[in-house]
Amino acid sequence: MLRFLARRIILTIPVLLGVATLVFALIHLIPGDPVRTMLGETASEESVVDLRGRLGLDRPLYVQYGVYLKDLMRGDLGRSLRTNEPVASALAARVPATFELAIAAMIVAIVVAIPLGILAAVRAGTFVDHLATTMALIGISMPGVWLGPLLAIVFAVQLGWLPVSGRGTLAQLVLPAVTLAAPLAAILARMTRASVIEELRELYVIAARARGVSRARAVLRHAFRNSLIPIVTILGLQVGAVLTGAVITETIFAWPGIGRLLIQSIGFRDYPLVQGCILLIAVTYVSVNLLTDLAYGLLDPRIRYE
Amino acid sequence: MLLRIGAAIVLVIAMLAIAGPVLTRSDPSAQNLPLRLEGPSLAHPFGLDELGRDVFARMLVGARISFLVGLVVVGVSSIVGTLLGAVAGYFGGWIDDVIGRATDILMAFPGLLLAIALVAVLGPSLANALLALTVIGWVGFARLARGQVLRSREFEYVQAARALGASTSRVLLRHVVPSTIPALVVQATLGMAGAVLSEAALSFLGLGVQPPTPSWGAMLSGGRVHLLDAPHLTVFPGLAIALLVLGFNFLGDGLRDLTDPKQRRAAVSTVAQG
Repeated sequence: MLRFLARRIILTIPVLLGVATLVFALIHLIPGDPVRTMLGETASEESVVDLRGRLGLDRPLYVQYGVYLKDLMRGDLGRSLRTNEPVASALAARVPATFELAIAAMIVAIVVAIPLGILAAVRAGTFVDHLATTMALIGISMPGVWLGPLLAIVFAVQLGWLPVSGRGTLAQLVLPAVTLAAPLAAILARMTRASVIEELRELYVIAARARGVSRARAVLRHAFRNSLIPIVTILGLQVGAVLTGAVITETIFAWPGIGRLLIQSIGFRDYPLVQGCILLIAVTYVSVNLLTDLAYGLLDPRIRYE
Repeated sequence: MLLRIGAAIVLVIAMLAIAGPVLTRSDPSAQNLPLRLEGPSLAHPFGLDELGRDVFARMLVGARISFLVGLVVVGVSSIVGTLLGAVAGYFGGWIDDVIGRATDILMAFPGLLLAIALVAVLGPSLANALLALTVIGWVGFARLARGQVLRSREFEYVQAARALGASTSRVLLRHVVPSTIPALVVQATLGMAGAVLSEAALSFLGLGVQPPTPSWGAMLSGGRVHLLDAPHLTVFPGLAIALLVLGFNFLGDGLRDLTDPKQRRAAVSTVAQG
């Protein structure tokens, strides 16, 4: 198990280095003079020179890259151009909100999708199955940029049941969480259905039924348990979609998380903060993928010893 | 069934996009400020926006943008991705390693995030959105093509072509790549759905198509501040995006069932079980 863990972690290091390098390169992709772009055309030569020095852009590229990596190791992501606050502190202040939203969305998705997927698998080919799969396909096709405002129109504007924006109460969490959960639930339901159907065809399930195991037990204790690997995989892979979806959902519902910070920073051309947000989201995604890989090993011993 | 419904939805929206100027007499950029935010009526079936512009006429132009984005992004991504994936799978070794590491790094960024980052630094515009979506789009095609090529390079007809002295490029382009086409067509159709959704998201965030050019995502963004007084600004463009994406998803799923005999058998036996 330790060798498996070590191998997986070592394989992640070059990917993280690649991510860091790409994020470093972002500022150099800005057309023209990046400092002029950040400060605007009317900025004085003095402030341009000052900012260029503060960002270290006046040094050779390899020196900039070395300093960037060294700072990164110490958790120093630079300072916000607008507020002069350390980027790491700005991110730390917003992380709990995004974390809360992402966890809530994943819980909603799991609670809705897994029972729906199992039901569709058990009733495969029937009206219930067609309804569930069509609903799932609609869920995948529903753009978050539309679902969010639509839910707000119905539940906040028309019915007045829920607040349309902000963070702090459980009621304020409902609409953003459901908006973010919808596509994830749809994908998860499809995967659960396909995976359970495959397991239901296996001989061990048929044998269990022949031994007199009840249908519910055969499905839940035998087939579903063994179909967990692809479900966990999809859940892990979809964390990326949840993090990207959070950028849109947080913007729609004025949710004070990393996604909203990213869009606000883009608006203010606060590139160190933009870089920090992108890096944090990408590193979180890579880490969750690593954890998913490790969860595989725990769920299926065959993978550990491959 | 899914295939037909999907094809019908996509075809109808494509025809609306093509025939747009004939279908309405309203100029998509003509402003009628006294009637701003007016709801749907006979003269303006989808109502007017915050500047008194006809929402239906703007949506017809928006449909063209959505198709343009889908076709350009999927077209370029599929060609670049398939070629790189095919080369990686066929030659293996260091070429495979280099392309593999590049895809690993790009895939370390969740979906749209890298596109948002690229547009943020390059500047918001349709051209930069197309570029950013292509940069993230080719990876999926490369992975798929690589896997398909790894499988098909072992086929006897490919080995026979090699044994007969066919050049590497001929073996790749005439024998190996064509065998990957069915899977790539499915991926491309689903990729169209992804591109339409991504463009809508970028434009919604103010990073895609810039005003006054109408795009469905930008229209949704404009409608957000009028949820209370003009919900039609949110309902119609969103419905259009959802329908087109649903159409492409149906089409992609239908094509997958059609081209993958294993899936078809699974579907048949599933029905038989029920």
